[in-house]
Amino acid sequence: MPYEYLEDIAIADIAFRAWGKDLEELFIAAGDATINTMIDNIDAIALQETRQFNLNNEALDMLLFNFLQEFIYYKDSELLLLRPQQVNLEKEAGIHHLQAVTQGEKLNPSKHYQRVDVKAVTLHRFQLEKSADGWQAMVILDI
Amino acid sequence: MADIKSLKQISDTIWEIPISYKEGMRVPARIYGTEKLIQEMDDAVYDQVTNVATLPGITKYALCMPDGHFGYGFPIGGVAAMDVENGGVISPGGIGFDINCGMRLVVTNLTYDEIKPYVKKVVDRLYERVPAGVGSTGFVKISRNEFRKVVEKGARWCVENGYGWEEDLELIEEQGCIAGADAAKISEKAIDRGFNQIGTLGSGNHYLEIQVAKKKDIFDPELAAKMGITQPDQVVVMFHCGSRGFGHQVATDYLQVFLKVMESKYGIKILDRELACAPFDSPEGQAYFSAMKCGLNMSFANRQVILHRIREVFSEIFGRSAEDLGMHVVYDVAHNTAKLERHVVDGKKRSLLVHRKGATRAFAPGMMGVPDKYQHIGQPVIIGGSMETGSYLLLGVPSGAQSFFSTAHGSGRTMSRTKARKTFRGEKLQKEMQTRGIYVRSTSLSGLAEEAGGAYKDVDEVIEAAELAGISKRVVRFTPIGNIKG
Repeated sequence: MPYEYLEDIAIADIAFRAWGKDLEELFIAAGDATINTMIDNIDAIALQETRQFNLNNEALDMLLFNFLQEFIYYKDSELLLLRPQQVNLEKEAGIHHLQAVTQGEKLNPSKHYQRVDVKAVTLHRFQLEKSADGWQAMVILDI
Repeated sequence: MADIKSLKQISDTIWEIPISYKEGMRVPARIYGTEKLIQEMDDAVYDQVTNVATLPGITKYALCMPDGHFGYGFPIGGVAAMDVENGGVISPGGIGFDINCGMRLVVTNLTYDEIKPYVKKVVDRLYERVPAGVGSTGFVKISRNEFRKVVEKGARWCVENGYGWEEDLELIEEQGCIAGADAAKISEKAIDRGFNQIGTLGSGNHYLEIQVAKKKDIFDPELAAKMGITQPDQVVVMFHCGSRGFGHQVATDYLQVFLKVMESKYGIKILDRELACAPFDSPEGQAYFSAMKCGLNMSFANRQVILHRIREVFSEIFGRSAEDLGMHVVYDVAHNTAKLERHVVDGKKRSLLVHRKGATRAFAPGMMGVPDKYQHIGQPVIIGGSMETGSYLLLGVPSGAQSFFSTAHGSGRTMSRTKARKTFRGEKLQKEMQTRGIYVRSTSLSGLAEEAGGAYKDVDEVIEAAELAGISKRVVRFTPIGNIKG
C-alpha cells in the first residue's frame, strides 16, 4: 500500500501521503488512497466496469488534482467505485496529457464497507514532488 | 497547540494577531475563545486566519470563531468581510466545497416520555427513509433540466411539488431561495453529481438527530417559547447537511477558474492556492457568485425534502399527522456561505461580501433578513454539537456587529479523523452510547468512530465563549437521544 493517512495534518478532513518509483505509480497510489478514504475494503471492489480518463493540464500537480477528482465524480454521478489500473503520462508542447484505465463496480453497501464520503480534493498544502527514490504527493481531501 | 503568549489579549474571549505577524497581512486577525479553547486550538488556525488577512478588500479583521480549527484555505470558523466597492474578492476557499452546509431545527409537541418507547423505531425508520453515506441517492427522481429549476428555486421548488408547507419557507434563511442563482453558470459535471442526490444526508459530520430540551437546559423560557420550545422535555429534530456533490463540484470548478486568472489577469498573489479568488465585480467573480447561489438553493431544497421525509416517518409511527404533531420549522441557517450584506464599519454603512466558513450568521433583533416572527428577538442560530454531548439554539445580539453578526457553528474538532479512528472503536462506541440513552445508526462504523465526542471540543465552553464575547446568546441546550450518522 504505497500511501499512508496522516494523523497530524487536517482535523475534520483526511490527509494522505502517497508515493511511487515513477509518476505513473504515484498517480495509481493516490487514486487508491482517495477511494480507500471512502471504502475500507477496496480489495472487495470487483473490476467489472471500465472507465477511461483523458485529461490535460499545463501543470503536472493540477493534473493529479484533476485525476483524483474523476474518482469522486464517478462515485457521485454513476455510483461507481473505480480503481486505477493503468496510467500513462506524456508531455507535449508544454501540456501534460494523462490517459488512464480504471475499473470497478457500483457501490454495494452490503459488500463495500463505507468509511466517509469525499467531497473534494483541496489545494491546501497540495504537493507533488520528486523524492529520493521517485515521486511523492501530499493531499488533503475534504470530508 | 497554540502559543498563547504570541497573541495580544483584547478581552477574556478575544485574542489578536497583529499585522506584523506575517508579510502581506492587510488587517489583524482575531480569534474568539476562552483561554482554555485558545490553548487547545491547533496551530494551523493561526496560519490559515493570517493567510485570510492578506486577501484584497478584507475589512477590519480576519476572524475565527471559538469552535475554530484546521481547515483548508480559511480555518473552519473563519469569517472575512470583503469590501466589494474597493476591490474585495470572492473566494471558494472562504465558503467551503460544501456550499450552504447548514442546520435545520424542527419542533414536535411530543415529550421525552412519549417518544421514549419509540426512539429505536423512529431512528430505524428514518435511517431507511433518509439515505446517508458515500454517494447515496435520494427518492426524488427528476430530469437534469428539472434539477436546473431546483437549483434556481431552492426550497420553493420543493413546496410547489408537495414536499413541505408554505409556512416552512418563511423560516429558512433567504426564504429558502436566494435570488440571482443562475443555472447557466453551472457545469454539466455538477448537474451529473447532484441531480439524483436531493434528500440525502451525506457523510462525515452530517447527521439527523432526535433531541430533548431538558428543563434545566432551557435558559430563557420566554425566548424559547417564541421559537416553539414551550415545555420541558420537549422533543425536537435537528439535522446537518449541505449541497452534496453538486455544491462540491461548483466549488471545484471555480477554484480552477480563479487559479487561472487570479494572478495573470488581476495581479492577486495569495499564500495558499486554496484561497484562489477573483475580484467580486469581475466576470469570473460574478459567475461564481451566481453558481454558488445555485449551491445555496440545492442545499435548502435538500434539507426541505429531508424535512418532508422526517414528517412522514413521525406521522407513520405515531399515527397522527405532522400538523397534529406540531412539526414546525424553527429555522434553517447556513454556515458555509458568502453573502452580500450592509454593515456599519467605523460609522459608515458599507456593502460587504461576508464569507462564513464554518461560522453562522447571527443577525440581531430588527435587522433586515430576520423573519418577521423573530424580528423582536433576533435570528435563531442552530449549533450542532458532537453526537455524544449536545447541541444549542442561540439568538443573534446587537453586540454581534463586532463579528459582522457571525458566531460559531458547532463544537469544533480537536482530534483528526485518522487519529480518532485509531483511538475509538465504532461498535463499542455505539453500544456505550446506547447504554447512555442515545440510539445511533450509521452507514459506517469507522465513520462513527471518527465522530466520537472525544474528538471534539467542549461544546458548552464554545457556546459560553460566544456569549461572553457578545456574538450570540444561549437560549436552549438539547440532549441527543437518537442519531443517524452519515
